[in-house]
Amino acid sequence: MSAPTGTPGLLGWNLALAAVWAAALGEFSLVNLGVGFALGFAILAVGGGAFGTSRYPEKSLRFVEFAAFFLGQLLLSSIRVASDVLTPTHQARPAIVAVPLDAETDAEITLLANLVSLTPGSLSLDVSDDRSVLYVHVMFLDDVEACRREIKDGFERRVLELLR
Amino acid sequence: MITLVVAVLAVTGSALVLVASVGVLRLPDLYTRMHASTKPATLGVTLLVAALAVHAGDLGIAARALLIVLFFLLTAPVAAHRLGRAARISNVPRWEGTVRDDLAPELSRRRGEPDSS
Repeated sequence: MSAPTGTPGLLGWNLALAAVWAAALGEFSLVNLGVGFALGFAILAVGGGAFGTSRYPEKSLRFVEFAAFFLGQLLLSSIRVASDVLTPTHQARPAIVAVPLDAETDAEITLLANLVSLTPGSLSLDVSDDRSVLYVHVMFLDDVEACRREIKDGFERRVLELLR
Repeated sequence: MITLVVAVLAVTGSALVLVASVGVLRLPDLYTRMHASTKPATLGVTLLVAALAVHAGDLGIAARALLIVLFFLLTAPVAAHRLGRAARISNVPRWEGTVRDDLAPELSRRRGEPDSS
């Protein structure tokens, strides 16, 4: 997974600032490192331009937003799979759906396929030979178009925002 | 307070792992079983390890807990994908309730041509 240019540099600086803060307080505790990281982030958000142009603050917010979205999806669909397991009848409508891909590079496709697989209720099975289609096994198919939209708008758009 | 948080995390985590195991027994075919075994189990282990980290309240243990979760998140989907893909390519039967298979034409096209993958 290759990070966009500029991100590793400022992330490194941010980690270094956190370590400096903890060292100045004389104790490398989780709280000190966390506070140091937050302070460092604020400094870099204001003055990070001194290290050259970087989209680090913006990307970080995107990343947090993405993590929150992903955790929400994980919880929702876990509950759905669990309820199907625990109720006596099968409500599952399994299907293998072709999802057209906008992601192009190996990193983008890999990250997208892994995130889709991590969400309960969807499992990426294969990518077509010309890398234009991702085949996803979903456990609850209500509507093919809605399912495609969910993956494209929910996951792919965010993955591409994060990586491009 | 901390005890309560630890208890909630540990019980929820164990319940999820239990649901995952029951799912492997109950669901109708390999693919739906993969859904049950990989994902709720990952979430369950995450919660259990989080309970451990909160209980210990120690940076070293928290760091290792975070690593365990990270390795889980990296490996579980890859393993699930490889197993699912291998199963579909070798035609492991799907449950009769399966409503759609967009992969079938792609697979027969590949079989028609010499396929190196």
